[in-house]
Order: sequence, then C-alpha cells, then structure tokens
Amino acid sequence: MMRSIALGTAAVAALTGTAYAQETIDVTLGVLNDRSGTYADLSGEGSVIAARMAVEDFNAEEKGLNVEILSADHQNKPDVGSNIARQWYEQEGVDAILDVPTSSVALAVADISNQMGGVLLNSGAGSTELTQGQCAPTTIHWTYDTAALAKGTGQAITEAGADKWYFLTADYAFGHSLEENTMNVVEEAGGEVVGSVRHPFPATDFSSFLLQAQASGADVIGLANAGGDTVNAIKQASEFGITQSGQSLAALLMFISDVHALSPETAQGLQLTEAFYWDQNDETREWSSRFEERHNAKPTMVHAGVYSAAMHYLRAVEAVGSTNNEEVVAHMKANSFDDPLFGEGYVRADGRVIHDMYLFEVKAPADSEGEWDLYEQKAVIAGEEAFLPMIDECDFSSEG
Amino acid sequence: MFELLGIPPQVLMGQLLLGLINGSFYAVLSLGLAVIFGLLNIINFSHGAQYMLGGFVAWMLLTYFGIGYWWALILAPLVVGATGLVLERLALSKLYHLDHLYGLLLTFGVALIIQGLFRNYYGISGQPYQIPEILSGGQNLGFMFLPNYRAWVVVASVIVCFGTWFMIEKTRLGAYLRAATENPVLVGAFGINVPRMIMLTYAFGVGLAGFAGVLAAPIYSVNPNMGADLIIVVFAVVVIGGMGSIMGAILTGYGLGVIEGLTRVFYPEGSAVVIFVIMAIVLMIKPEGLFGRGA
Repeated sequence: MMRSIALGTAAVAALTGTAYAQETIDVTLGVLNDRSGTYADLSGEGSVIAARMAVEDFNAEEKGLNVEILSADHQNKPDVGSNIARQWYEQEGVDAILDVPTSSVALAVADISNQMGGVLLNSGAGSTELTQGQCAPTTIHWTYDTAALAKGTGQAITEAGADKWYFLTADYAFGHSLEENTMNVVEEAGGEVVGSVRHPFPATDFSSFLLQAQASGADVIGLANAGGDTVNAIKQASEFGITQSGQSLAALLMFISDVHALSPETAQGLQLTEAFYWDQNDETREWSSRFEERHNAKPTMVHAGVYSAAMHYLRAVEAVGSTNNEEVVAHMKANSFDDPLFGEGYVRADGRVIHDMYLFEVKAPADSEGEWDLYEQKAVIAGEEAFLPMIDECDFSSEG
Repeated sequence: MFELLGIPPQVLMGQLLLGLINGSFYAVLSLGLAVIFGLLNIINFSHGAQYMLGGFVAWMLLTYFGIGYWWALILAPLVVGATGLVLERLALSKLYHLDHLYGLLLTFGVALIIQGLFRNYYGISGQPYQIPEILSGGQNLGFMFLPNYRAWVVVASVIVCFGTWFMIEKTRLGAYLRAATENPVLVGAFGINVPRMIMLTYAFGVGLAGFAGVLAAPIYSVNPNMGADLIIVVFAVVVIGGMGSIMGAILTGYGLGVIEGLTRVFYPEGSAVVIFVIMAIVLMIKPEGLFGRGA
C-alpha cells in the first residue's frame, strides 16, 4: 500500500514536473506536555490524538510527507522540558514541538527551539511573554494568552457594571501575569481594583481567601489561577454563599475540562473566555465527535489548537518542500488560514496567532442537554482586539 | 472590640473557625497514621492514596449504584479498609521483621500505582460530588457565613477522633492492641490472634483515611491527586505531634489547622510552609514531638 502510494505520487510528480515531490519528506513532530499532573486533562494524551488527527486529515502520506509523532511528559518542570526538547532536536530529528502548557516550561522550550533550528507551535501555555518580552523568530503561539483572557472576561464583566474587583491569585509567574493583565483591562474599562490575595500553588482550601475577598466589598472576585485551584475555589465559593450574597466570580482561565469537573450545578453563570468550543458550528461538532470517539471526552481549546497548528505547519512544509525552519515559519506567517476549528486567522510577524476569541457563560443545569452541553456564547472578541499589539523588538518580518 | 494588626475581629473569628475545619481533616488523617505507626510500626505512605480512594468510592457508589452520601460515609471506609486488609495480608505482613524503611517504600510505591491507575482511568480534573441536600445551605453567625456541611465536618471528625482515642486508650480491646505491640509473643501466648489483630488495626487506620476522603468529597475536587498534596502536610502534623501518639495526632491536627488559617490572613504567601517551619522548630527543641513518649 505504502509503496503504491509512493509510486503514485512519483508518477504525478513526474507528469507535473515538480522536483520536490519525488522523494518523501520526513517530518517529526514532538508533542511535549503534561501527561500526569494538573494539566493532563486539558493537554496530555488528547493533544497527541489531535496531532495524529491533523496528520490523517491532511492526507500527509498522499502528499509525500512521512510524518512521525513523538510524545513526552514534561511534568510541568522547565528543566525536564528543556532536556527532552534538546534531546528531541539533537537525537530524534524532531522538526517542531507542539503544545507545551505551563508558561515556565514553554519559555524554556521556545529558547531551545530557536537555538537548535526547531519550531515551537505552542497551544497550551498562557504567558504573553512568548511573543512579547521573550519572543523568538521560531515561536508560534496558537491558542490563547493571558492578555486575551483578561480582555474577554475582564472587559465584559466590568462594562456590564460590576466594576469593583478583588483578585485571588496563584502565587507564581502565570498567576501574577494574569492578574496584572486583568487589572490593566479593568482599570482601562473604568473599573477599580480593591485588593488581592496570593495563595500558594497548588492549594486545596480556599475558604480563608474567599472570606477575605468577601469582606473586601468587591463586586467581582477574579480568579487568577488555573486547573484544580480554580475548580476548588469555585466549588467553595458556592458553598460559602459568596455568589448568593451578590458577589460574582470571574474565572480568568478555565477550560471545558474544568467546567465539566465542576458540573453546571456549581459552575452555572460563570463567565469565561475561550478560543474554541466544540458546539460552535458543524465543523467543530464534526471534528469534536471524531475526537471524542478516540479520547472519551470533548476536546479543550488546547487540543483544538494543537490540531490547527499542526495542520498549518504541514501545509507550509508541503508548500516549501522541506522542514527548514526559517522557510516553513516564513510561509506560515505569509499565508493566512481558514481553519475548521478557529475560523479565519493569521500568524503575525511576532508569532502571535490572531483569531477570534469568545466569551461564554456556563449554562444552568436546566438548560444543559447533555454532559458536555455547557456553554452559551455571549460575545465574540475580534482577534485584533483580543491580543496585545506587536512590539517592535518582536517584529521578525524583515528576517523572513 | 480589639483589632489585631489591622484585622477586624469578625474576620479573625471566621479564620479561626475555618482553621478548625481544616484541622478536622488533618486530625482524622494524622490519627489514622498515628494508629498505624503506633501499633504496627509501619510508616503508611499510601495514606494519601487511601484518602483519595475514600472520595472516589463515594463518587462511584453514587454514580454507578445510586447510593448517596450517608451510606457512602459507612460503606466507603469499609471498602477502603478492605483494600487495606488485602495489602496488609499480601505484602506488609512480610515486612514486619525488616527496617521501617521497607514498609515506607512499599506503601509509597502502592500509592504511586493507585494514583497512576486512577489518573489513567478518570483523568486529572476530578469528578463532581454534591453536598447532601440536608446539609446544604448554611448559618449566618454574624461574623461569617458557616456552611452547614463544614459544621458537620467538624462534628463528625471530633466524634471519630475521640471515639478512636477512647477505644485504644480506655477499652479492653485497646489494651490488647497496645500489649500486642509491646510483646506480641506473650500476648499470643494468652490465646489472642495477634496477626489478625494487627491486620484489622491496619484496615481500621486505612478506613479512617477513607472516611476523611468521603468527608472531603463534597467540598474538594474528587481527583486522583487529592491525597498526594495533603499527605506531606499530614506527615508533618504527625511528626509535630509525636510519632505514634494518638492524642498528640488529634490535638496537633486541630491546632495546626488553626495556625495555618491565621497565617492565611497575616501572610498568605507563607501559609503553605508554616506547618513545615513549625515542624523544623519542634524537631530542634523536642525531637520526639510535642506529645511523644520518647524514643
């Protein structure tokens, strides 16, 4: 079978006279993420499946690309992630690394990819640093960042009239960055920040911090944390009657896997920003149901981002005819995409991918028709508005 | 009214109460560890995983069999205790003549395996578990809103802790147990089946962890790692209280919960380490622990 396809493509190539397609191009993709810790559900094996689906849907084999996918667990530790990335580039011939949640790991891997002639197609991490302070010509940041989340949730809530904010912030780089981004958005929109408390990461009991937030007299408690921390904080806020007493919660980073874990009983009414939801249109539904068949859960936006990033990368490799990182990235930046999952978008010169973001509200249990029927779309935030503008130092367009 | 370091008294009262609630979990868990260590000399590192099992069994009973919280409160500790029984018979009982370290390594490995299996099967995000109808809602105490369920947690843990203490320190059965750890051969000579007693003691200690897991299910996320984070803190509690001291484990559990709660107001960033700082100080001043009977 393999041989006949290879012969077929060779014949087509000979007829059309293209030089490249005569030999297959070997492409090795590495999916590097958290496979056992807090972020294993929102990235993990699901991202590997998404990458595999991209290779299949792209018909890579027929197009003369021989794609291999590797995966590894970075355990949310920058040193572990760096070592794997280095080894992949040096010994396994990896061309691009995908996913990489946890900002500290992502920044380390971005640096190594740049040094070693690889491409980082980041979907899982949130730090804006990837395309701002610590940008690199070979970094492409696909799905979301803390600025876009802050813009979506922070602005919508402040403009809706709840303008006194109190922050409950995970005490590490990501939490601080999310807190700062959101504070800026809130203040720009005319709101006021009345206080904040930093909790250890990870934490189990939030009652004490919630009580402090309650005493602050704020309208909104912004949760600048992620994963299990957010889930526990929301669960306990409902228990302590925070929401019943008129204060509302804003989950600044929340994935559908978290909402699913909370169930609509507890999470109803929460507003959150995401780049993708499985039930947006026919294309997202079709892809998501195929994904669910393999993974027993609906995809998160991180999974969707891995799929779309891999697609766009493979398109570029096919067009360029090699895996040369500079040429491939240049092609990815020069050509906008119309993607089944993310719609129309493009890769900006600094590597930030610009696409629409969405503000969702978690449905009440009565309105939810199934286990995964969780969101109602409230607003679309245009990509140009959602993400931070490019800074000059990160404009790599001249180098392409 | 007094005001301490700019913290209004009602906030302080609230935090004291919250500390007590968290202390309830520390107390039940460290009690289980103390029972197991005190009577079996096993450092049970799978205690966190067994606490997690308690939460998951409660969730499974509800999801697969429609059995609610109250039955789970009885059944889950029994199920978890039964797994402890199997573990003791098949593995731990072979290690009693060896150094403590072997038991520690075995139970640690078991914990990793159990957590890994659950993570593989149920994922990491956790499963929802609702507060039982009758305990939902709460009371306004003036200085804070006290959820009924949290009040129940304190009551349940106090009953279980002091019930256990009473049984071990004040009853005939407890006396046998203590005697069997002092001199198993002699107690065996009186016609008491010592290996069975030790096996049941381990199952009981493990059952306590399962009980704490059910108590925790409605308020914390039921996920495979829920015990992994907690177990380290609970070991610190046991060390501070004095390894093997039943009353020491109970009182330090509640006490450290309160201290941790207060740290969350005065210096939230330090709340994750305050217990370990106290542990270091106690180890320097009184290495056998606050309530230890000496080595």
